[in-house]
Amino acid sequence: MLLYPKFLLRRMDEADRSISRRRPISFHGLAQTLVLIGICCFLSSALLAQDWVKTGTSLGVEKVRLAVPDFKPGTSDPQNTALLKTFNDTLWNDLDVSGVVELVSKSFYPLQVPGQPPEVNFMAWNAPPPNAGMLAFGNLGVASGKLTVQGWLYDVKNIQSPQVLGKQYSDTASDAAARVMAHKFADEIIYRLGGGIQGIAETQIYFVSDRTGHKEIWAMDYDGSNQHQITHLGSIALSPRISPDGTRLAFSALTKNGWELLMFSIELNRLVSFPRMGGTNLSPAWSGDGTKIAFASSRGGEPDTEIYVADASGASPRRLTTDRGPDVAPVWNRKTNSQIAFVDGRTGLPQIYTMEVDGTNQQRMTDQGYAVSPNWAPNGQFLAFAWVRRYGPGEPGASDLYLMDIASKQWVQLTHDGGRNDFPCWSPDNRHIVFQSNRSGSLQIWSMLADGTKVQQLTFTGRNSQPNWSWK
Amino acid sequence: MKWILLVVALGALLMLGACGKKKQPPPPPPPPAPPAPTASIAVDPNTIQAGGSASLTWQTSNATDVSIDGIGAVQPNGSQSVSPTDSTTYHLVAKGAGGTQEATARLTVTQAPPPPPPTANVTDQDLFNQNVKDVYFDYDKSDIRGDQQTSVQADAQFFTQHTNMNFTIEGHCDERGSTEYNLALGDQRASAVKSALTTLGISASRIKTISYGKEKPFCTESNEACWQQNRRGHFVYQK
Repeated sequence: MLLYPKFLLRRMDEADRSISRRRPISFHGLAQTLVLIGICCFLSSALLAQDWVKTGTSLGVEKVRLAVPDFKPGTSDPQNTALLKTFNDTLWNDLDVSGVVELVSKSFYPLQVPGQPPEVNFMAWNAPPPNAGMLAFGNLGVASGKLTVQGWLYDVKNIQSPQVLGKQYSDTASDAAARVMAHKFADEIIYRLGGGIQGIAETQIYFVSDRTGHKEIWAMDYDGSNQHQITHLGSIALSPRISPDGTRLAFSALTKNGWELLMFSIELNRLVSFPRMGGTNLSPAWSGDGTKIAFASSRGGEPDTEIYVADASGASPRRLTTDRGPDVAPVWNRKTNSQIAFVDGRTGLPQIYTMEVDGTNQQRMTDQGYAVSPNWAPNGQFLAFAWVRRYGPGEPGASDLYLMDIASKQWVQLTHDGGRNDFPCWSPDNRHIVFQSNRSGSLQIWSMLADGTKVQQLTFTGRNSQPNWSWK
Repeated sequence: MKWILLVVALGALLMLGACGKKKQPPPPPPPPAPPAPTASIAVDPNTIQAGGSASLTWQTSNATDVSIDGIGAVQPNGSQSVSPTDSTTYHLVAKGAGGTQEATARLTVTQAPPPPPPTANVTDQDLFNQNVKDVYFDYDKSDIRGDQQTSVQADAQFFTQHTNMNFTIEGHCDERGSTEYNLALGDQRASAVKSALTTLGISASRIKTISYGKEKPFCTESNEACWQQNRRGHFVYQK
């Protein structure tokens, strides 16, 4: 199955735009409201279809209708109840935000749900009201401190040979273990129903949080659970970037010698040596093969920051840009490892550029406004970035997230919900984007599908920013 | 006048009646005594340095009137930050229908070590702070604008007269735009001020630069007056 057959770019024309903008303010009174509701019903599907990017996961193919009844207790241990809740909630959320299935609402389920294969009543699932194509079910039980989960995925329309997947997981009973098992099972389902692309339920997101009073690097599971502090510098740590193999975290921090790149070993749980560059050093970025790091630096007394590439050890830094104006925020095309996108203020307000890794063929991608924080999609085809498209006096100046097709430079807007949205970062499955936004009133981390749907807030404590999604 | 007599007579009757009642059998047993209030108070940490603060937390139950000496009437349960200059005993009094309960918590305040004796540097620092003017920038710009040239020239003159002084130029930006780009822009601003001073004859070896981007704003409101305050090259004395 081809997941990104075509980049569909359709935007509202100006007439549609003015209707949608007028909607909340211009109509008063009951009669007008009724008319408005009618117009909304008539237009909403067309408006949504037009102004939101469709990256292909939902095009042409109807999503599989998947029913996921709560897993049943497998033993009579008192620990079961809490762990079942964790497992069921985690599994449901993983599948819901995956973007590859349509979950059948639990209110359509029959009263008797299966916990074992013999208990599956096919007719109760494959016909309306549930009308499910697939059924994920199973049981969870604790016995003498050991948690065991059995899960199955059934093609309920294929009664002769329904089993697509059967899995068993065991570990010491704990909330974390139940969560991991749900993630593993969800990823198995997503892998089979989502065109053979690995799921992301076991991925990590690194980010900056000031909840200790200092900006430090933190990490969390992709769904926002298990948030924990990584650095303890008591200074300012920014721009975390995890290595492709997940073992090292590069970031920029304010040291007594100024802004330097630091390297943290996830395996050793401590900082490891990385050479001091001198000057101001910002925004490290890993190449897709993990052998190189690009970054912005004003080393050597430069009047502004330029883009450099060094070995992953920090050795032999080489300068790629020479223009006047700050250059910052490089990101590799991890598919080819031959191009870098970056931000450059050579013409005034910052714009997105691309170049080859030797610094040649510099191309300006954005034509106006304030464009920053490029992030290259894993498939190499798109750039996600933050853009205040119309900038200046009298303009609203909202910073929204956009996607640009590299080849055609066509773009679509992903966020429309106000606030300042910045630092988009792709998930490894190319289907999700994590970003920072102050739409809730404070700066927090959110995730969404790459078509702008399934928006979820992941952090709630302190101010959180600059999310970076692990590569696997 | 008859009604006055009548009232007096009635009053007398009532009083007599009232007095008479006292001699009646004892009243029914009083309702059970209301529950006695409970109270507790704690301070964390219980030792601070002068100038520091601690968190005072209290809980009471069955109390209608709760007060803490030195703070006054408070909610039945609560907490607040305190930063006394001297050691203090917080005395909590919880009064309720069932009586009065007291609780205390002691916060010890240690005096900060005495400031180091003044040296000649303090004078230099004062001189520096009084004379050196920060340089302000336009939005997204790092070139020294016309109205800031006088500040730069005055600063250069001051540094020429005080050759013993080294200093740091901090580049700051307003809150708009991305964290990373603002750090790069702040770096460029600090470099621009440094460059202007070296052009006027100040040795580059005396000048350090650092960018704070939008990490350490002088002013935190979202308006142009505040943003202008934050778009600057800020001088810091370095001995």
